[in-house]
Amino acid sequence: MKSFMHKYVFSTDHKMIGLQFLFTAFLFMLFGGLLAMAIRWQLAWPGTKLPVLGVIMPETYNVIFTMHGTFMIFFVVIAIMVGAFANFTVPLLIGAHDMAFPKINMASYWLFFISCVIMLASFFAPGGAAATGWTAYAPVSVKAPMGQSLWLISLIVLGVSSILGSLNYLTTIVNLRAPGMHFFRMPMTVWAIFITAILVLLATPVLTAALAMLLLDRVLDTTFFLAGTGQPVLWQHVFWFYSHPAVYIMILPAMGIASDVLSVFSRKPLFGYHAMVYALSAIAGLGFIVWAHHMFATGLNPTLGTTFMVATMFIAVPTGVKIFNWLGTLWGGSIHFSSAMLNAIAFVSMFVIGGLSGVFLAAASLDIYLHDTYFVVAHIHYVLFGGSLFGIFAGIYYWYPKMFGRMMNEKLGKIHFWLTFVFYNLTFFPMHIIGIHGMPRRFYDYKQYEFLRGLEPLQLLISISAFALFICQLPFVYNFFVNLFVGKKAPNNPWQANTLEWTIPSPAPHLNYAKVPIVYRWPYEYSLPHAKEDWLAQDQP
Amino acid sequence: MSHAATASDVKGLSHPLGVNNAKLCMWLFLCSEVMFFAGLIGSYIVLRLGSLTWPTPGEILNIPLTGVNTFILICSSVTMVKAFAWAHMGNQTKIKRHLFLTFLFGVIFLSIQAIEYYKLYHHHGLHPSGNLYGTCFYILTGFHGCHVLGGVIAVFVLWIRSLLGHFTKGRHAPVELVGLYWHFVDLVWIILFTIVYLI
Ligand code: HEM
Ligand SMILES: [Cu+2]
Repeated sequence: MKSFMHKYVFSTDHKMIGLQFLFTAFLFMLFGGLLAMAIRWQLAWPGTKLPVLGVIMPETYNVIFTMHGTFMIFFVVIAIMVGAFANFTVPLLIGAHDMAFPKINMASYWLFFISCVIMLASFFAPGGAAATGWTAYAPVSVKAPMGQSLWLISLIVLGVSSILGSLNYLTTIVNLRAPGMHFFRMPMTVWAIFITAILVLLATPVLTAALAMLLLDRVLDTTFFLAGTGQPVLWQHVFWFYSHPAVYIMILPAMGIASDVLSVFSRKPLFGYHAMVYALSAIAGLGFIVWAHHMFATGLNPTLGTTFMVATMFIAVPTGVKIFNWLGTLWGGSIHFSSAMLNAIAFVSMFVIGGLSGVFLAAASLDIYLHDTYFVVAHIHYVLFGGSLFGIFAGIYYWYPKMFGRMMNEKLGKIHFWLTFVFYNLTFFPMHIIGIHGMPRRFYDYKQYEFLRGLEPLQLLISISAFALFICQLPFVYNFFVNLFVGKKAPNNPWQANTLEWTIPSPAPHLNYAKVPIVYRWPYEYSLPHAKEDWLAQDQP
Repeated sequence: MSHAATASDVKGLSHPLGVNNAKLCMWLFLCSEVMFFAGLIGSYIVLRLGSLTWPTPGEILNIPLTGVNTFILICSSVTMVKAFAWAHMGNQTKIKRHLFLTFLFGVIFLSIQAIEYYKLYHHHGLHPSGNLYGTCFYILTGFHGCHVLGGVIAVFVLWIRSLLGHFTKGRHAPVELVGLYWHFVDLVWIILFTIVYLI
């Protein structure tokens, strides 16, 4: 019993902590997914009775979309990117025994857990959970019922957890690399997490300050964000000062994962490795000066708006560099369409669509019209589902053998991928169209509006595809959980990849490396002209 | 691509910045603290610029009293530096003395701040609620006060440990780490004193 607690619950092993984040996030993915189903039910057949829940009331509807966004952003995507993947991969990929501070790492998970509990508890608060959107705009959020306070407290705790995590990742990456693992020999995944950790470190405290001010407005009656004495729009500034970098926190690790997966399964070096690193850094840096593109409709001074617009469009440059590098990696490669690879390719292609709709929205004059319509909803789902989530799937299919010592079923993986890919597009692509037609986000019953009634067929298509998309995750769930017990035993290096984690047994043992590895080369030595094999691991002289 | 092995590869790479884990972590933590206060101070500037009325310096706040308090906090930074310097040289009595002085100055600072709050609240009717000036004043100085409190507790622990003889010439990393934090808190105060009291 004692050893069970030590190994699985109060573990200080980075791999176990990573898995704790992963499994907790899976649970929230299920909750968040169910909430999405409720949203789609309401939009398909407004005001009709739903199995179990009954008729969704307008107040409940607000809670549902608020919690859907909150769960998916903070407790699923961020938790998996900077909780699960960063924890699992960083020490393994740089050849370290563990994180620099294993106890702080454990604290980071348990704070995350507490924050989850508070967030779930808020459903039982008088007046229900928060209902002001994941963006909690003031002054509505100042006067909202008690659930909002729990929402704020939960996110403050979550922020502390993230900051502790990023302290660990940064210290570990700077100080604990194996001999020979120069910065410019680190796999892209590590680079991406390194830069993401910097974003977490510098952006999250600003959110903490904002959340604290809002909480004080609510409990101490201070007037930071109150109309009249304070400034409601200030909330948007501080919130987006965090949340724009936060969207990169959610996508950069996926970019790193996709880079590595694309290279391994094209059997080709990553195209433009250095350019990739600089592009990542540029995106992260620019991310701090574009926040007001979320605020074009607030009556921003037009000169200021134009500045933010131009800064935002600049981001398309490093983003373009990355996309061409991925295409360059694929170009002429001997491509293996494994489940991981399919998801990585989907990441690239769907992220292009999301990035392009982002550039549309960045045009201030166009955004005045598109702001708060379903076009924005389409954008965020192309980058977050199409980008981050496909990236997450790619990472899971790729590292599952190292996590659990067993293989996932490739056939099921492909079935899952294709079904997800098709229904994902059927769900989210039409949202662009209804958005351009003027369908607002967060409306309880669009049928109340004459000019929106014509959207019914598309709404039905979206909802039915969304239900299908939900169901199509079953093969994944089956594949993931059943193969924990019955999957084929994984060899050390099932993908013939070069990075260090594949040189040790699967699952990776406690403390990872029996002997500190020595690194002789970068991780992308594939298809070398004169070598026997088409790959050469990083620890080979 | 010139990614082949070279002789320098097999050399250890640990601590490329010449900073050990704990110190690096503390520096990074202070970076995040900078951003926390940047969020608060930035909001303060925006709110103040957007406000139609604002009391002139000294109209409500007691600048001389807080000036003295600022001086005390600066003194505490000096004693902290000395504590570290003596720890470096392994002089037990002087480490103890300077840690205690730092602790004492910290406590005095907090006491004066408490008195200031009490007077403002009860005699001048300045409340955190209902008016923007009070909101900004109490919350900015209050968050700083919480940081000082954390520092005072840390210095107190250091002092107890110094009484137990935990710090020797070779082993006194905690003194340095807490010292870094303490100077940071001091620096934040100098900024806050300037923008909240003086300007
Ligand atoms: C090429 C890069 C991108 C550009 C130019 C861009 C631009 C924009 C703009 C202008 C908006 C505001 C739309 C409005 O509310 O009217 C927006 C919203 C949003 N973007 Fe992006 N974006 C980009 C990439 C991303 C990425 C990579 C993510 C996340 C992974 C992301 C997540 C979001 C989210 C979540 C919102 C909606 C926030 C809300 O709820 O109001 N974006 N984007
Ligand atoms: Cu943004």
